[in-house]
Amino acid sequence: MATQRAHKAARLMISPSVILLLAWMIIPLGTTIYFSFLRYNILTPPASWTGFENYYYFLTDPAFIPALVNTLVLVLGVLAITTIGGILLALLLNMEFWGQGIVRILVISPFFVMPTVSALVWKNMFMNPVNGLFAHLFRAFGLQPVDFLSTLPLLSITIMVAWAWLPFATLILLTALQSLDSEQMEAAEMDGAGWLSRFIYLTLPHLTRSITVVVLIQTIFLLAVFAEIYVTTAGGPGYASTNIPFLIYNLSLKQFDAGMGAAGGVIAVIIANIVAFFLMRAVGKNLEL
Amino acid sequence: MGQITLENVAKSFGEVEVIPPLDLTIEDGEFVVFVGPSGCGKSTLLRLIAGLEDVSGGKIVIDGSDATQASPAKRGLAMVFQSYALYPHMSVRKNIAFPMKMAGIDEAEQKRRIDSAAKALNLTDYLDRRPGQLSGGQRQRVAIGRAIVREPAAFLFDEPLSNLDAALRVGMRLEISELHNRLKTTMIYVTHDQVEAMTMADKIVVLQAGRIEQVGSPLELYRNPRNVFVAGFIGSPKMNLFTGAAAVEYGAETIGVRPEHVSVSADSGKWKGRIGVSEHLGSDSFFYVEDTGLADAVTVRADGEVAFRHGDEIWLTPAEDKIHRFDKNGDRM
Ligand SMILES: Nc1ncnc2c1ncn2[C@@H]1O[C@H](COP(=O)(O)OP(=O)(O)OP(=O)(O)O)[C@@H](O)[C@H]1O
Ligand SMILES: [Mg+2]
Repeated sequence: MATQRAHKAARLMISPSVILLLAWMIIPLGTTIYFSFLRYNILTPPASWTGFENYYYFLTDPAFIPALVNTLVLVLGVLAITTIGGILLALLLNMEFWGQGIVRILVISPFFVMPTVSALVWKNMFMNPVNGLFAHLFRAFGLQPVDFLSTLPLLSITIMVAWAWLPFATLILLTALQSLDSEQMEAAEMDGAGWLSRFIYLTLPHLTRSITVVVLIQTIFLLAVFAEIYVTTAGGPGYASTNIPFLIYNLSLKQFDAGMGAAGGVIAVIIANIVAFFLMRAVGKNLEL
Repeated sequence: MGQITLENVAKSFGEVEVIPPLDLTIEDGEFVVFVGPSGCGKSTLLRLIAGLEDVSGGKIVIDGSDATQASPAKRGLAMVFQSYALYPHMSVRKNIAFPMKMAGIDEAEQKRRIDSAAKALNLTDYLDRRPGQLSGGQRQRVAIGRAIVREPAAFLFDEPLSNLDAALRVGMRLEISELHNRLKTTMIYVTHDQVEAMTMADKIVVLQAGRIEQVGSPLELYRNPRNVFVAGFIGSPKMNLFTGAAAVEYGAETIGVRPEHVSVSADSGKWKGRIGVSEHLGSDSFFYVEDTGLADAVTVRADGEVAFRHGDEIWLTPAEDKIHRFDKNGDRM
């Protein structure tokens, strides 16, 4: 498609889908922004114009700063666990061993469990201070069981979410590992590079692209973690496990306040963009975009 | 130093024996070429020497010490791969420096060796590029540079030129030969191109199905091929091989005569045929002669001035002292 004519034709051909996609995005975003300037409670219509009042109340809410911090801690914590764990698991799965196929399927399977279900399983079967597996383990070693969800709420949620996302990271990194040229590895071996040097100088650089993809895709979803919090800690104790999506839910939907919800949504979009910007700068340096 | 001895070295992949036990000695400073048809085990043999594959039996001795169980890095050999196997995310300079960095050689010495290798290989202007930004020939030179700086006991090349175009191949062939003359380091070179084998080697090892068919200097192999396989494999164009009446006349099962050892005439000679295809290269002419009753086509090489055309009648006479005779088993008589 190097000629002018081909370019013109191509533009004409794709224009319907581009227009549709734009409308698809712009209309909801536009309505959200419009609603965010209204005092609009669904139970008590009609709506009236308030300007930035919704934003003011959202940003000055005592839970906002803790929620922002919690969101970042949750995102970064899960990213760290899943990328490091994903690399290790991928390295392991890339080796040849008996029962490889079954083990691979087992490793992938957490991804198919929906967040509400996995959170309930974690809450009741593992982290429950009386009947949970961890409680039994602690007691078996003569230790006092820990009530994870009330003493370490954010860590508990981080673990649950990381468990759900580890397969995704592993899968992407495993496919990347499989495309690593074995002759390069052999050349490095002949060049006197040990296992660790080969990992640092060959494997890791080869994986950077995939790591970037894993980080970016996961960030989008991790900024919006909700179900795990809703079914386990409900944001508590206090604000200890409230993140931005949960705060939006608390401040608006619980009170049927559509205006406040819209303002929270716009703020979440802005935060997501800021986080994405820094992530792209940090990891995306290696990505030739 | 770089003397390599293989004693009864064998290799099987599972049930399949790719290399039956073989013995081979490679002297220090020799340029040895492994040549043979595709799939005959050349790469496998090279990888056994490099230590990238474990032997199924036998012993590999490098410079007098048993290296059979030594790791690739410990054997002091450098390998140039067919795919070059450069590290794609490192600059040319870092690629060349990598083995030295792994060996813990100090920076100043690294720089000195990189500069001298880059100069020798015409890479000075490309040191800061990535492999992806280089042509095939340049990549090949980087791979060679990476091998040189280690100052190995021997170089191993696995079909290093097969990804290059014909003109570049001739150029690189000369460069590698020059490199060998300069460094005087042992080199083992794998190829299936018998022209490369003939032009570069001090010693050619002809392999077939993992067996060594013959070991010798290029001219030895050309003059005295030990069996039909070597006779047909070494030399370009191929030796003409005849069976049947023509062979019986010489008391052999098969006879062979090289295209350059057949003289041509328009009216008299030993065998009569018709020109199928004639190729005039200026310096030489090649005729593919049909209807001789000897073989489908007999290849003949004549002086460039000899003018026969398609369909012409032609008489062929072999040089009697250049006829190779082989027995029922294909061995030389
Ligand atoms: N890892 C392996 N597992 C099983 N069989 C193998 C393996 N590597 C090579 N072989 C077999 O060993 C034989 C020799 O292979 P090798 O690569 O040494 O051939 P080669 O002479 O280098 O051929 P080419 O000129 O095509 O490179 C082949 O028949 C091949 O199928
Ligand atoms: Mg090969």
